[in-house]
Amino acid sequence: MARIELSAIRKSFDTTDVLRGVDLTIEDGEFVSLVGPSGCGKSTLLRIIAGLEQQGSGEVRIGGEPVDGVRPSQRNLAMVFQSYALYPHLSVFDNIAVPLRMKRLTTLERLPLLGRLLPNRYRVEREIRQEVEHVAAQLELSAFLGRKPGQLSGGQRQRVAVGRAIVRRPVAFLFDEPLSNLDAKLRVHMRAEIAQLHRRLQATFIYVTHDQAEAMTMSGRIAVMIGGELVQVGRPAEVYDNPRDIRVAEFVGSPKINLLPGQIRSDGAVETLGQRIGVATKGIAQPCRVGVRPERIQVGSGPFVGHVVHVENMGAEAFVHLGVEGLATPLLARIGDVRELPMLGSALRFGFAPDAVRLFDAAGKRIEAHAAPAAVRTLEVASV
Amino acid sequence: MSRTIKLGAWPLLRHVVLLAGALVVLAPFIWMLSTASKPADEIYSSELHLIPHHFALWENLREAFAKADLWRYLLNGLIVTVSIFALQILIALPAAYALAKLRFLGRGPLFALVLFGILIPPQATAIPVFLLLHKLGALDSYAALVLPFTISVFGIFLMRQFFKTVPDDLIDAARMDGISEFGIVWRVMLPTAIPAVTAFGIFSVVAHWNDYFWPLIVLNSPQYYTPPLAVAHFRNAEAGTNYGPLMAAALVIIAPLVIAFLLAQRRFIEGITLTGLK
Repeated sequence: MARIELSAIRKSFDTTDVLRGVDLTIEDGEFVSLVGPSGCGKSTLLRIIAGLEQQGSGEVRIGGEPVDGVRPSQRNLAMVFQSYALYPHLSVFDNIAVPLRMKRLTTLERLPLLGRLLPNRYRVEREIRQEVEHVAAQLELSAFLGRKPGQLSGGQRQRVAVGRAIVRRPVAFLFDEPLSNLDAKLRVHMRAEIAQLHRRLQATFIYVTHDQAEAMTMSGRIAVMIGGELVQVGRPAEVYDNPRDIRVAEFVGSPKINLLPGQIRSDGAVETLGQRIGVATKGIAQPCRVGVRPERIQVGSGPFVGHVVHVENMGAEAFVHLGVEGLATPLLARIGDVRELPMLGSALRFGFAPDAVRLFDAAGKRIEAHAAPAAVRTLEVASV
Repeated sequence: MSRTIKLGAWPLLRHVVLLAGALVVLAPFIWMLSTASKPADEIYSSELHLIPHHFALWENLREAFAKADLWRYLLNGLIVTVSIFALQILIALPAAYALAKLRFLGRGPLFALVLFGILIPPQATAIPVFLLLHKLGALDSYAALVLPFTISVFGIFLMRQFFKTVPDDLIDAARMDGISEFGIVWRVMLPTAIPAVTAFGIFSVVAHWNDYFWPLIVLNSPQYYTPPLAVAHFRNAEAGTNYGPLMAAALVIIAPLVIAFLLAQRRFIEGITLTGLK
């Protein structure tokens, strides 16, 4: 078990900077997700922690020790890969046993025929068998120990890969998009399994994914990476509710946050779509963006009007796409009660509370705002 | 079988053409089989007939084995082809792994050199290699038969193409598990590349079992003769060519390859198509 510290990690391939100075400390026993759009450098960062890739500059410390120049296997980390990376010619048992055999048997003892004659090998093999069987039982793989990976389903292969990782009792687990090859149903199931595994092992988990839902549901903290930088690190709810950057706001949350063009007046009041929205800020007069999550849009009353262009009924909830004059893309609103869905094409009033608003400046940085104390709600409505 | 198969004019024509092609290819073999089964007087008779009047295959075989130490030549063939193949794999696999999966300076030019090496026919380098072996004093030995072929650029190329298709994750997983780079070649890459190795094995073994040119120029002593030289040896026998035993010996010499192919036919073709697809 170990604390992992990254300081000022930089990496470039040829002329492209993949990582531009990443600082992150992962506490012992913590579950941290590195999340971001594809190509943001999150997998590269994980590979640098694993030792499969050399950083251009910066330092990685595992359990307080710098590990630069230490070989991947010596760092005592375990990694679960997207493609599972099981040895196709070995049975499930042998796949799980490989890390133990590599660690506990000498080269001579690993030789196919000669090794069998050595007395120590027999003893070690018996220990290994016990441990592999124990791990297999934990993961409900006992019935498949004799099979080859090709004869297993995706979820079973995934479990074998996890088994190969836990059997060596590493100081930390690294997951590189382990669920993206599974179908949607299995993915939700494996999400729960991995979260349970973390609770049971109490080990450090670093989990890379491009799926923000995975990151939100499993991890203690999420680290949002965009363009080779850590843009925000925090608890999932905090990142969701309080994004520091417009890219974080857009990336986290599904469906995406609504962004409306706005303007900050010289008195600090904020306007969007020609209406004051009861939010005040200290900033100078400038254009801004007004972000509101779909579930914070109140439909049925409010100062704005849109036309229903599409309705997505998910069963438990529904999303209404509203075409609003002045917006290039439809605005999304969540409706909790699917029995009262608006008709397609009908006009719908909507609004949002001042505390639902997240303001961003033109560069995408968050602007602190608060509800205007004595905001006079203008109730006039532009006739559409 | 109650189902009737209808043959249109076009499929019929196709089959006729294919059969004719097969016949052209098979004709020498059939003639060899026929000659090997005939007594001497029938071979030299003016009338042509395929089926011998008097079946003399056993006599011819007995004579062939009596005249020359055929077992010895077969053993030589086995020693030479197996040694060549083993050494080729020993060298080609690590080289191919490095060219396919490791990042190092000059990998591109090195691979270009490998490709260039494929373009050079073995006959072009025969004389320099011959002189080299002469200087080494290695002429007229097994070493002379094996050494020049241990580095197969074709093998390196073929294995490199196959290794390219092996996912990087698998190699990274092996590194995480503590397997060394050479360990990865033998314990991870080799088992996954069995189809490609098999395909390469067929090419290598067939080519060197049947090779006539190189053994002819480096060998003097009959005890190192490979099977094709042994057959030629029959032709040069002082009493004039005796075609019956000669053909019987040829039959013996191609037999191992034919039997091996028939036994492993499905695997062989699997291997070739696998490497072709990937």
